[in-house]
Amino acid sequence: MHRNYRILILLSPVVLWLIIFFFLPLISVFIYSFLKRGTYGGIETQFTLENYQRLFDGIYLGSLWRSVSTAFVCTAICLLVGYPFAYYLAYYRPKFRNVLLMLVVVPFWINFLIRTYAWILILRTEGLLNSSLSLLIPGFQPLELLNTPFAVQIGLVYGYLPFMILPLYVALEQMDLSLIDAAKDLGASPQHAFWHITLPLSLPGILAGSMLVFIPTVGAFLTPDILGGGKVSYIGNVIERQFKTARDFPFGSALSFVLMLIVLAGTVLYFRALRGSESVET
Amino acid sequence: MKRILEANIIIVFLFLYIPIFVVIVFSFNRGDQISVWEGFSFAWYGKLFKNPNAWRACKNSLIIAGVATFISTVIGTAAALAIEKYRFRLRVGLIRVLFLPMIIPDIVLAIALLTFYRKVIGYPLGLTSVIIAHVVFNIAYVTLVVRARLQGYDASVEEAALDLGANEWQTFWRITFPLIAPGIIGGALLAFTLSIDDFVITFFTAGVGYTTLSVHIHSSIKFGITPELNAISTMLLVNSIVLILLFLWFRGQKTETI
Repeated sequence: MHRNYRILILLSPVVLWLIIFFFLPLISVFIYSFLKRGTYGGIETQFTLENYQRLFDGIYLGSLWRSVSTAFVCTAICLLVGYPFAYYLAYYRPKFRNVLLMLVVVPFWINFLIRTYAWILILRTEGLLNSSLSLLIPGFQPLELLNTPFAVQIGLVYGYLPFMILPLYVALEQMDLSLIDAAKDLGASPQHAFWHITLPLSLPGILAGSMLVFIPTVGAFLTPDILGGGKVSYIGNVIERQFKTARDFPFGSALSFVLMLIVLAGTVLYFRALRGSESVET
Repeated sequence: MKRILEANIIIVFLFLYIPIFVVIVFSFNRGDQISVWEGFSFAWYGKLFKNPNAWRACKNSLIIAGVATFISTVIGTAAALAIEKYRFRLRVGLIRVLFLPMIIPDIVLAIALLTFYRKVIGYPLGLTSVIIAHVVFNIAYVTLVVRARLQGYDASVEEAALDLGANEWQTFWRITFPLIAPGIIGGALLAFTLSIDDFVITFFTAGVGYTTLSVHIHSSIKFGITPELNAISTMLLVNSIVLILLFLWFRGQKTETI
């Protein structure tokens, strides 16, 4: 009894806070997504599936698709760049390994808004990239890079690359290097040893990194807002518009609920895949 | 092969750090161009320090981050203690639920709280509404950091204290707390950083006139970029670097040295 009393005291603040300010708001979003929009941003208490039917309009489906595909491309780029990076640190164990790792983490602590804004200075028409290129190539015509899907993609890779590198490094670093030596002793080529030993053993790191990149990029709002200039619409920005300008809370709620389902589905798939990859190991 | 991998390392670091250096360098630009160099000067810092809006935003950011950090550190530490010291029903479920605020997209949490404040309970948007929102996402991070600290520590010291006649309250403040203090401070610093950096949730839950630094920077980006923005960014960069050094120092603290 005494023990249960202590657990109750320690846990009631967190449980109450999350019920009131996390679950209740999410439940109200769910309920609102089935209500009708009233005049002047109001809401009518009348059940409807209209908001979900509207999702299948070309534009909304288009921005949903753009968000999901951009997140996939972002994850793939981070993996292609991050894997060799983590592999080098884990396999060659350079002298300043910890310093290098620290330098990967530092950007994470720097305001995301500032890191995204920095790309405006580089990508704008009079920006650093165009002016450097025009110095190198005579007669170079400045490229319109800002406010394009390309700028958004770069901004997202820039923002989330560290989230890919760290779990990959953790997975690769824990690996027993003697396994690779054994494979080579037994006649495996380095490529063969990589594909059949290193890569399967690092699968948990690949999965964790991919999840950490995919989840925040699919719902990204800030990067498309700043580097896409509102000209290219992603699901996060469509949601913002429903609440800030269109004042259509029910439709915005339906969109948010769908976005949340995509993210939760991704998370569940991740844990499934992780369990699968661990059972392969043992 | 090794050469290619080393080239990749260099490219990644150039990619990660060039944008940051560009912002710092151009904050010392004399002219009013944001990315064309016109000579060295501190002019934009002078302007920044005289800008009352920037000061007000800074004050709001510090109030929000300070209060939200305090509340989430207390709640998160309590949760971490319960999770690591006891085995109870729904423990695994609670651990999973605590991850939810971390994985749900910012924008969804932001609009859910906005809807809740505005339409469900009719609570006015101001500083308090932002603080409440920040605590929601900070709790998860504090719990994670404090739990990590509790996992690496020896509970037999506590048993010894209890055997020697200390009551539980004394045991907590004289033994447990000092042992896990580096984890608590580390969690608090992380929460403070996340709170200061947050834009999306603040943008939706702050009332008119309660601008924070992030919201101030966002509206400067949207409605007229001046080199003052580079100066304010550089100030925040320096602040972030100080916080990360503190975090690493506290996290690395050995128990013996406390």
